[in-house]
Amino acid sequence: MAFKMSVQKYAGKISEVEIGTGEKALKLGGENVMPFYSFDGDCGNTPKMGVEILDVFPENWIEPLKDLYKDVAENPVEWAKFVEKEMEPDFICLKFEGADPNGLDRSAEECAQVAKDVVESVEVPVVISGCNNFEKDAKVFEKVAAAVDGKNCLFLAAVEENYKAVGAAAGMAYPHKVVAESSVDINLAKQLNILLSQLGVKEENIVMNIGCSAVGYGYEYVASTMDRIRLAAFGQNDKTLQMPIMAPVSFEVWSVKESVADVEDVPEWGSKEERGITMEISTASSMLVGGANAVILRHPKSLETMKKFVCELA
Amino acid sequence: MALKGLDIFKLSPKKNCKDCGFPTCMAFSMKVAAGATEISKCPHMSEEALAKLSDATAPPMKSLTIGKGENEYKLGGETVLFRHEKSFVNRNRFAVLLSDSMDDETINTKIENIKKVDYIRIGEQMKVEIAALKYSGNKENYIKLINKVKDSEIKVAYMLICEDIDVLKECLEIVKGENPIVYGANKENYKEMVDIVKNDKLALGVKADNLEELYSLVENIHKLGYKELILDPTGDNVKESFTNAVQIRRIALKEGDRAFGYPSVVFANEIAKGDKNMEVAISSLFTIKYGSIIVLDDIDYSRALPLFALRQNIYTDPQKPMRVEPKIYPINNPDENSPVLVTVDFALTYFIIAGEIERSKVPMWLAIPDAGGYSVLTAWAAGKFGGSSISNFIKESGVSEKTKCRKLIIPGKVAVLKGDIEDNLPGWDVVIGTNESMELPKFLRDFNEELITAKA
Ligand code: B12
Ligand code: SF4
Repeated sequence: MAFKMSVQKYAGKISEVEIGTGEKALKLGGENVMPFYSFDGDCGNTPKMGVEILDVFPENWIEPLKDLYKDVAENPVEWAKFVEKEMEPDFICLKFEGADPNGLDRSAEECAQVAKDVVESVEVPVVISGCNNFEKDAKVFEKVAAAVDGKNCLFLAAVEENYKAVGAAAGMAYPHKVVAESSVDINLAKQLNILLSQLGVKEENIVMNIGCSAVGYGYEYVASTMDRIRLAAFGQNDKTLQMPIMAPVSFEVWSVKESVADVEDVPEWGSKEERGITMEISTASSMLVGGANAVILRHPKSLETMKKFVCELA
Repeated sequence: MALKGLDIFKLSPKKNCKDCGFPTCMAFSMKVAAGATEISKCPHMSEEALAKLSDATAPPMKSLTIGKGENEYKLGGETVLFRHEKSFVNRNRFAVLLSDSMDDETINTKIENIKKVDYIRIGEQMKVEIAALKYSGNKENYIKLINKVKDSEIKVAYMLICEDIDVLKECLEIVKGENPIVYGANKENYKEMVDIVKNDKLALGVKADNLEELYSLVENIHKLGYKELILDPTGDNVKESFTNAVQIRRIALKEGDRAFGYPSVVFANEIAKGDKNMEVAISSLFTIKYGSIIVLDDIDYSRALPLFALRQNIYTDPQKPMRVEPKIYPINNPDENSPVLVTVDFALTYFIIAGEIERSKVPMWLAIPDAGGYSVLTAWAAGKFGGSSISNFIKESGVSEKTKCRKLIIPGKVAVLKGDIEDNLPGWDVVIGTNESMELPKFLRDFNEELITAKA
C-alpha cells in the first residue's frame, strides 16, 4: 500500500457566534472538523481565551492573585481595565459572586450598574456570569441585559430551570447571546438548545456549556460527552448541537485539592500557585482538544500559555 | 480484515494429524476464523502461511510489552478512536529524558525527582515509568549515565535513544535484561538497528522527517520481517506533531493499514522547548490524542498531578464506572464512641474522603450506601442519595451496633438533607460537613475535640 492521508469530510458545521462590538468583537465557532484537525477541513475561528474577574474582592483566591489585583480588585471597573491592558485576553468574564443569596445577596439593580460600568470601560467583549443560583441568576440577567443593551454580551448561563426567563431577557428582549448550560450529557445539551430555540432564541445566538470539570474529577465523562456532541454535530449534521462551546475552566480548577492544598499540608507537592496553574492549563488544553471554542481562565500564566498553545496548534 | 475458515483451510497443511487438538484441518481452520483458537496451535503450518495468517488475524494496532518485572508495561493495542465507542485499553506512559550532555547535578536532580513523585490515586500507582536515555555524542558519559540510572533506586523501564550503531550495541549490553526500548531506526540505519534488536524482540522506535517517509521506512522494516515497532510522530512544532499522531492512529484504526498499527512516542519536551507550562499543555493534548509514551523534560508534582489524573480519567472503561462496594468502612480503628460519616460509592469520592479521614487521624466509621456509583451532587440530583436512602442504609448496615455515638456527618454539598435524615433517623444528630474534602481533616479534628470535651 502507498501512504495516503486519511481525510474525513463532514456535512455539519459549527455555527458562528459573534460577541462584543467594534474592533475587539470576536467570533466563536465556524469549524467543520474535529478540533484542530486542519488536515480534514476548516478549523473555523481560533479558540478564544477569557479572564475571570468578580464583582467583589476575590477573598477566596490564592494569595499571589490577590496580590496581583490588590490595587484594583475592590473596583470591578478598575479590575477589568487592568486585565484588558496588562493581560490582553480575548474577552473578560465578569462573575457576579456577590449576587449569591447565601452570600452578599446583591440586588439585581446593583449588579446591572456594575455590569454597565464594566462593559462601557473596556473594549473587549464581556461574558456575564451569575452566582449559580438559577432563580437569582434569572433576576440578575434580566436587569443586566437591559443595562448593557447594544453591547452584544454573552450570558453564562441559562439552565433547564431558568431558560425561559434568561432566554427571554438576554436572547430576545435585548440582542445578546446566551449560553445553554447542561450537565454532561448529549441529550440534555440537545434538549436545552431545542427548548431555547422553541422559545424564540435564534440558533446563531446560542453557545453551549456542556458541563466542565477539572482533570481528575469526573473529566472522563466531560471528554466523552464532548466527543459525542461534536461527532453528532459534524457526522449526523445535527443542527441542534452545532453551537460553539464555552468552557468555564477556572470555575472548576481552583477549588480542587491540587490547587488549594497548602504547602504545609502537603510539603512534597511544592508551590501551590504552580499546581493551580498546571491544573488550569491541563484542563483548558483538554477542553480545547475536546471541542471547546472558548475557555475562561484565572491565572495570567495560564492565559499566556494557552494563547501560545493555540497559536502553535491552530 | 477477517478471514473465512475456507481461506485458512487452503493455507493449512491438510494432514489431519490432530496435533492441534482438533479432528481435522478443516475443523481447526473454522475455529481460527471464529477467533476461538490461535493459528500457532498447529505445529505444521508453513512459515509463509503463518506470516499471511497471523497478519490477517492480528488486531489493527499491535500491543507491545516493554520493560521487565515490576517495570513491565503494555503499550498500544487500541481498537477505537474515541473512548466512548468502547474503551481505551493501554494507558500512555510517561518518560523523563536524561542525556550524556547534562551535568551530574542536573542528572542527579532529575533522578531524585523521579524518585519523589510516586503516589497512589484512586488505588492506582502514579509515577514516571520510563527513563529515556539520550546519546548526544559522548560515549563514556553515556555509559556512565546508563549505569547511574541502573544503580539509582528508581524503578523504571529503559528507552535508549541512540542512532549510532556501535555505541548502541555496547550500551545495550548494560540493560539487556531489562527489555528496553531501542530508539531509533531511521532511513540510514534501520537494517543494522533491526539486526541489533531482533534476537531479543525489543521494541524499536522509528523516526522520519514526515509521515510519508515514516510510512516507507516502516514498510522497509516490515520487509525485514520486524514488527515490534513504536512510531514517532514528533515534528517541528505542536501542529505538525498533532497532525502526525492523529493520522497515524486513524490510518491504523479507520483505514485498517497495519503499517501504522503501532504505539507512538511523543517528545513533548522537544516541542515545548523548555517551557514547562507548555509541556503540560502539550502532554495533556497527547494524553487525549494518541500518545503512547510521552517524554517530559523533568517531573515534579505540578506536572504529575494534572497529567496523571487526566490519564487515569481518559483510560477508565466507560462501561465500568469506578465504584466501591457499599458498606461500612472503619478508618483509623474506630470504636464504640466514634462518629459516623457518610458519602457516596463513586470510587473517586470514596478514595478522596477515606484519604482525608486518614490524614485527620480521627477514628471514624465511613458509611457508603448504594448511590449508583455517582459523585455527591450527581447522585443527589439523580435521586440516588437522599434523606430516605441514607437513613435506610444507616439502619440496615448495623452501624448503630458498632458505635454508641449518634452523630452523622454529611457532605456540605447536600446540607439540605439534614432535616430529612433526622426525621427518618430518630435519635441521630446530623452534622453538616464541609463542601470540599480539603477542609475535612481540620473539621474532623475540631469536631473530635468538641466531642471529647462534651463528654468530659
Ligand atoms: C462527571 C459528572 C457526571 C457523570 C457521573 C459521574 C459520577 N460518577 O458521578 C454523569 C455524566 C453520568 C452525570 C450525570 C448527571 N449529572 Co452530573 N456532573 C458531573 C460533574 C462534571 C463532575 C462530578 C464529579 O465527579 N465530581 C468529583 C467528586 C469527587 O465530587 P464529590 O463526590 O462531590 O465529592 C467532593 C465533595 O462533595 C466532598 N465530599 C464528598 N463526600 C463527602 C462527605 C463528607 C462527610 C464531607 C464533609 C465532604 C464530602 O469531597 C469531594 C472533593 O471535594 C459535575 C460538575 C462538576 N464539575 O462538579 C456534574 C453535576 C454534579 N451533575 C449534575 C447533574 C444535574 C446530573 C444529572 C442529574 C443530569 C440529568 N438531569 O440527568 C445526571 C444524573 C445521573 C443520572 N440521571 O443517572 C449537576 C448537579 C446539580 C446540582 N447542584 O444538584 C452538576 C453539579 C453539574 C451542573 N452544574 O449542573 N454527571
Ligand atoms: S495440527 Fe495442523 S495439520 Fe494437524 S490437523 Fe491440526 S491443522 Fe491439520
